Amino acid sequence: MNKIDFDWKPLALVPLLSLLVLPVIGSTSTWLTLTLAGLAMGMIIFVIASGLTLIFGLMDVLNFGHGVFIALGAFVATTVLGLLTDWTVSPDLWRNLLAVFAAMAVAMVVAGAVGLAFERFIVRPVYGQHLKQILITMGGMIIGEELIKVIWGPQQIALPLPEALRGAVLLGDAAIEKYRLLAVLVGALVFATLAWTLGRTKIGLLIRAGVQDREMVEALGYRIKRLFVAVFVVGSALAGLGGVLWALYQQNVTPQMGAQVNILIFIVIIIGGLGSTGGALIGALLVGLMANYTGFLLPKVALFSNIALMVAILLWRPQGVYPVANR
Amino acid sequence: MSANLLTLAGVHTHIGAYHILHGVDLLVPRGKLTVLLGRNGVGKTTTLRTIMGLWPASQGCVTFDGRDITALATPQIANLNIAYVPENMGIFADLTVKENLLLAARQARRASQMDKTRLGWIFSLFPAVEKFWNHPAGKLSGGQKQMLAVARAIVEPRELLIVDEPSKGLAPAIINNMIDAFAQLKATGTTILLVEQNINFAKRLGDQVAVIDNGRVVHAGAMQALAQDEALQQALLGLAL
Repeated sequence: MNKIDFDWKPLALVPLLSLLVLPVIGSTSTWLTLTLAGLAMGMIIFVIASGLTLIFGLMDVLNFGHGVFIALGAFVATTVLGLLTDWTVSPDLWRNLLAVFAAMAVAMVVAGAVGLAFERFIVRPVYGQHLKQILITMGGMIIGEELIKVIWGPQQIALPLPEALRGAVLLGDAAIEKYRLLAVLVGALVFATLAWTLGRTKIGLLIRAGVQDREMVEALGYRIKRLFVAVFVVGSALAGLGGVLWALYQQNVTPQMGAQVNILIFIVIIIGGLGSTGGALIGALLVGLMANYTGFLLPKVALFSNIALMVAILLWRPQGVYPVANR
Repeated sequence: MSANLLTLAGVHTHIGAYHILHGVDLLVPRGKLTVLLGRNGVGKTTTLRTIMGLWPASQGCVTFDGRDITALATPQIANLNIAYVPENMGIFADLTVKENLLLAARQARRASQMDKTRLGWIFSLFPAVEKFWNHPAGKLSGGQKQMLAVARAIVEPRELLIVDEPSKGLAPAIINNMIDAFAQLKATGTTILLVEQNINFAKRLGDQVAVIDNGRVVHAGAMQALAQDEALQQALLGLAL
């Protein structure tokens, strides 16, 4: 019998995909630019998907309404950054960063609070009923989008990057957008925090145990329902944070942006193994890279390249790269 | 202080449309080992799950240490210092043996904070727990998993230990190991309620016995008395102990 053997193979997918396209692209600097842009995009997608991964992983809830928290986070960011215009137009990087971090913090609090209500009134009555979950959470998202239109209006709102985060830095011949570097740092921080919490704390232990056998966790004296609510709130808050990152990446927000990103998120968590944080990170990085490579090489197939990626992964591992035990 | 730690009075349990328990009356004396005997499908597991609040009683009263726990949620019941080992053992397969035990150690946030003296005692009872400390629990054999399940239940002192068929599917050598473990637990004054189908196991450990049939307790008394009364055994269980 072996101690826990970590499965390293999925980790090789990201460098493998990158190296496979290098000869096709030809220019090393273009390849480096595309790869770094893809990894940054992947990190943003990971932040958005990490919340749904947690919610699905522990609670077995198919939350098709996750996108509304992304849109909510993005719209809250427009308001907060709008109030902090003095800081965002300043050429001082630190003032810019403070403004962005303030927007992120407020977006997380608002999305988390709305997530609390969403869990109580929409999700709780349909625990354990997947079909009803899909229907009612989609309904919840439609209502959420309409409420966003009531508060912020139905039109697209521009969200320019703060002054010091515009432009790119050069790494050799490769250009890396400054904002993408920030996104990578935030994504890495979110991943490290989630990995540490899940792997090194008792709360994380409870979450991992709850994924496998909720009843036994309760029989050990823990109130798993409270843990469920906390996970839903954290998942919603992470979606809000992802919404801010995505909105600044796109530099505009629309009430429908959550629904548009939803498909991408589900591709990521299916590739990841339906509930695995590490799997979601790999899935997100692959999706980000694929979008950038196909956008450059074959723009006409870029739209369905991620579906093709998912199909290829599922042919290799039908339950995703890091399948969670009880699925 | 009442002589009985746990009391069930007229307990009925429904699971969906099915009426499983039809008024169970059961007394579990403090510091004794009580065995719940009965054929398959008569309500033994349901009785344990009802005590733990996993399938709440639809009628009747469950009292623990003088307190009515009938309407309490499972975590509240467990926090009254009751440990439960289900029939399927409830092992978290993806967690290590250490993590399985750490979950049950409510006072400890890290493995290093677990009571080392008690862990040493558990290792002496179940050497496999120490041997496979950092291994995934899912890779243990059936007998090792059962040892882990019981070890997890006793990782901290509990007033009542409820175990559903601890000898199920185990090799004779492991059953003897398990009997030693329960005998030592009894000696510490822990009250134990076991569901068991292995008659020798029940006879060697039991102080009290309750025989359940069709969702009712049809006999209760000293294990020794039942073990010596072949006619009663035939009448209640259709076999001789």
